[in-house]
Amino acid sequence: MQIEKIPLADWINSLVDRLSHFAGFFNSITNFFQTIINAFQAVFDVLPEWLFIILILGLTYWAKRDSKKWGLLIFELFGLLLIWNLDYWRDMTQTLTLVLTSGLITVVLGVPLGILMAKSRITDQIVKPILDLMQTMPAFVYLIPAVAFFGIGMVPGVLASVIFAMPPTVRMTNLGIRQVPADLIEAADAYGATSWQKLLKVQLPLAKSTLMAGINQSLMLSLSMVVIASMIGALGLGTQVYFAVGRNDAGAGFTAGIAVVILAIILDRITQAFNSKRH
Amino acid sequence: MTVKVEVRNLTKIFGKRISKATDLLAQGVSKEEILEKTGATIGVNKASFSINAGEIFVIMGLSGSGKSTLIRLINRLIEPTEGEVLIDDLNLTALDKKSLRNVRRKKLGMVFQNFALFPHKTILQNAAFGLEIQGDSQDTRSKKAHNALELVGLHGYDDQYPDQLSGGMQQRVGLARALASDAEVLLMDEAFSALDPLNRKAMQDQLLELQNKMHKTIIFISHDLNESLRIGDRILIMRNGSIVQIGEPEEILTAPANEYVERFIEDVDRTKVLTVNSVMTEATTININKSGPRVALRRMQENSISSIYVVDDDDRFVGFADADDVATLIRQGSKDLKSILKTEVPLTTPDTPVQDLIDKISNTPIPFAVLDNEQHLLGIILRGSVLSAIAGNEVTA
Repeated sequence: MQIEKIPLADWINSLVDRLSHFAGFFNSITNFFQTIINAFQAVFDVLPEWLFIILILGLTYWAKRDSKKWGLLIFELFGLLLIWNLDYWRDMTQTLTLVLTSGLITVVLGVPLGILMAKSRITDQIVKPILDLMQTMPAFVYLIPAVAFFGIGMVPGVLASVIFAMPPTVRMTNLGIRQVPADLIEAADAYGATSWQKLLKVQLPLAKSTLMAGINQSLMLSLSMVVIASMIGALGLGTQVYFAVGRNDAGAGFTAGIAVVILAIILDRITQAFNSKRH
Repeated sequence: MTVKVEVRNLTKIFGKRISKATDLLAQGVSKEEILEKTGATIGVNKASFSINAGEIFVIMGLSGSGKSTLIRLINRLIEPTEGEVLIDDLNLTALDKKSLRNVRRKKLGMVFQNFALFPHKTILQNAAFGLEIQGDSQDTRSKKAHNALELVGLHGYDDQYPDQLSGGMQQRVGLARALASDAEVLLMDEAFSALDPLNRKAMQDQLLELQNKMHKTIIFISHDLNESLRIGDRILIMRNGSIVQIGEPEEILTAPANEYVERFIEDVDRTKVLTVNSVMTEATTININKSGPRVALRRMQENSISSIYVVDDDDRFVGFADADDVATLIRQGSKDLKSILKTEVPLTTPDTPVQDLIDKISNTPIPFAVLDNEQHLLGIILRGSVLSAIAGNEVTA
């Protein structure tokens, strides 16, 4: 007996087709994100390399003013000088733009979603499997509809990164708020705090370090997306790696890869420094 | 005395089949049976009592007796299943969320067992939390919080964080937080239970001292009978969610409502709680204006005592006569009792704790005279009655 194949693929295709009719909607989203991306990129293009390096070093110095920092400062100095020297500077700033834009979107969408999950069991139960899906679905798969809706370039790259990188921020926000000790919530209630006051004065400040760990994870994950994003036209270090693969050029591949690693370490250490700041 | 907090028929049932359990409870079915039939637990069972303004009202019970639930029903941190809570005749159980928040902000302060201080806020900010929630300006709340911290004896810690302070100091901050918002009613949930014995006693003393100045209405939860007896003006004893007895500390000790309370008070150090009032016995006296030495001597022989207290027409204390002296007086043929009266006798007042007498009473052969403010002789203290009171026996005159 022959069992008919379920036409799941056809269904999804027709869904994607139907969604493509809302081109106007997707265009406005594309324009909106493109504006953010352009703004970031414009700033990086205006900044001379040496000033950029000084700003990064200054930021690190300030963020880690209470802890050991000289090793990191030296690493950052030589790392960035190496990227400059290897002529990957503009690629690096493009990658940084991609990461920061997706990081921004992740925070703006992910933190409120995490708060909502912590406050409502129903939201929690609905969103959790979606997050699982976002993290486990192979990243290549959602490149296809991304191109269909948002065309080719930075915007679909950013959105693909957001889908892949957002779950840790949502989950950690949720976790952080749930971890606030019950007696502190009770104390806030006993003194007549409203839900907003409780959130802003007690829950978010106490969830801060968990939340920051989530954002840090999201940034790292979106960095890991740069090569995949380059396949749909997101420029940056990922493009260099992608081209090196095409040319079977191990040297170029590794140098671009090292630039990604340097950028990753700098982003990671700085966001962690913000997190571990103690009273 | 005005009633500040009134609790009527307050009931809390935890579980799913609450309406069924409520019906069963109304029929008088026992807690265990309800649990078996419906799976619902009776947290608090029809509690009714009233608390006077300016009183320290202790709710005492072992863990699981429902005392922590009861205190949370009062400010509705836990929603009551049935019953009413009135503060100044305002029915809290009928309020909507917004009005309830207002009552919590203005009238109620709460102190928690594990302090519940905010680790991300400084001591000053913690103490100012209630004011911050009320929307006071930075200036006002800093000033009020600072004053509250001074009041509880914390100087110079304003800018520290809770984890830099010891447990006792942290709880002082908890107390300051409740005092800063000028709440009229303080709910203290096992506030001193997490402290070591020395700190606990210091905090109890401080609370009593503050209460002398401020006259708040304090509802204090405790599982420690000695603590309850020490600080409570009245004590409510709970068991299995029901009220077993409500009374002043002496009442609880001298007239326990049932066997449960009796077992509870077995190990209490009674000398700290019992006052002269409850151990004094009726004095054998003679009236100096009516009787002479012969009556005095006969009265002593009748009662087989070797000395007698002498009073005037209004029962005011005049002096004390010894049998030997009275006999000498008779032999001399004199009728002037006054000449042999001794006035240097040990005196005390009815509300003196027995503890303060123990040392003296063992060194004094003459029974203590108990006088009120107008020198009326109320009774006397015999060594035997002190001993039997400490042992927990009924004092009989």
